[in-house]
Amino acid sequence: MTKTTIPVHLDINGDRHTLQLEPRVTLLDALRDRLGLTGTKKGCDHGQCGACTVHVDGERVLACLTLAAQAEGRTVTTIEGLAREGELHPVQAAFLEQDAFQCGYCTPGQIMSAVACIREGHAGSDEEIREYMAGNLCRCGAYPHIVAAVRQAALEVQS
Amino acid sequence: MKNFDYIRPTTIPDALAAAAEPGSAYLAGGTNLLDLMKGGVTSPDRVVDISRLPELNRIERLADGGLRIGALVRNADLAHDPEFARSYPAVAEALLSGASAQLRNAATVGGNLLQRTRCSYFYDTASACNKREPGAGCDALGGENRLHAVLGWSDACIATHPSDFCVPLVALDAVVEIEGKKGRRHVTLEEFHRLPGQTPQRENGLEPGDLIVGVRLPAEAASFSANARYLKVRERTSYAFAVVSAAAALVVEGGKIRQARLALGGVAAKPWRARSAEAVLLGADADETSFVRAADAALADASPSGDNAFKIELTRRIVVRALMSALAGTPGRLPALPASPFSSIPGVRHDA
Repeated sequence: MTKTTIPVHLDINGDRHTLQLEPRVTLLDALRDRLGLTGTKKGCDHGQCGACTVHVDGERVLACLTLAAQAEGRTVTTIEGLAREGELHPVQAAFLEQDAFQCGYCTPGQIMSAVACIREGHAGSDEEIREYMAGNLCRCGAYPHIVAAVRQAALEVQS
Repeated sequence: MKNFDYIRPTTIPDALAAAAEPGSAYLAGGTNLLDLMKGGVTSPDRVVDISRLPELNRIERLADGGLRIGALVRNADLAHDPEFARSYPAVAEALLSGASAQLRNAATVGGNLLQRTRCSYFYDTASACNKREPGAGCDALGGENRLHAVLGWSDACIATHPSDFCVPLVALDAVVEIEGKKGRRHVTLEEFHRLPGQTPQRENGLEPGDLIVGVRLPAEAASFSANARYLKVRERTSYAFAVVSAAAALVVEGGKIRQARLALGGVAAKPWRARSAEAVLLGADADETSFVRAADAALADASPSGDNAFKIELTRRIVVRALMSALAGTPGRLPALPASPFSSIPGVRHDA
């Protein structure tokens, strides 16, 4: 049995990387520990909190339950890749404006999830926003402001 | 997590060959497997990543009116497929009531069938668990077991199967397509999952190396589309496994029940088809009196496996309410909270 490292090619926020990784390395650990992209947070590391939410091929998934090898050849976007030329993404701006966080640890995951939630068309009502953002926990309990930020950003994106 | 060899085959025969070696595990979405591997509950030597097998991610209409869902179709893609949701609304509702949007974007049809129980003693390697380590004993018996099984359990194991998706599927006579050493075979979902008996480690009909390649729904499954619901009680509003759930599907003509399907979730080691309840419903008046009799029949053999007697009465009430919801008709648009008792569905009581 050969338990060595394997080459993994990753496309992160438009930059290509080739990493030599043990197969067991998750996308989350590769981002944080190998590429220094620490915006994506490790909360529970078991798929229960949503802090590690990133986009793979434009869709939100949990980086803690994805092997880096599974992301090979896919396009990965993290919180660091959201702003364009120094301009905050509308969801980032809405989170600031609505004061949608306290400690901020869950915020990158909340924002990545919210961007996808709006794109999927699941931000039509507060009830729908709450349901489709249910995979992102906020232990500070900033939920009312998070819902307000998603609602505001959804309206801005539509207009 | 223990390290492993990683193989990414490009054809089904290559996948079967790669997984023929003992200690192999197939990886699809990974939403359950990687979690189990992190906890040391499962420790494969070889991970066979099937997620890019091209022929397994299609939804196909069959010539006989049935539907074939490839094993790698993701939960979100299936639930949001408009034609699928129209034809099998209770299945779409069950899918959308499970996990979170992120997990549904990764989790697959085949993986959903094979997900392991969420019994906390199974996950805790310091606890005795006959499913994880045959013969070790069961710490759930006499432990924290208020969410454990009330049907079909044994002294060896009182765990439940956590799937939502499988509940309406088993009600609709779904069939599992399996590719193995001897070729392809079909097994009904009802037969696929097993009750624990004295061998709780044997959870389903797969042999080592077998690969689920698809799930079929027979043509008849779409005939319930006007009156089919899934109802799920959780300990919080969303993003939680079922305490109990029920899928109900009816065909009603002139106030009489012409066809009835009922299955329960969160109550047993398998998605539980309530055939005795269906027999009560067939030909009966489509009203609450019949539904209460059906619920009594469905739970007639139930018994608490610990501190969970409340689940029997709760399931009875959820069965009645799921049948009332099905009778009221499939809503044109799914509620914002799919399968939730807290959804505002006209005509449905909120005190089930």
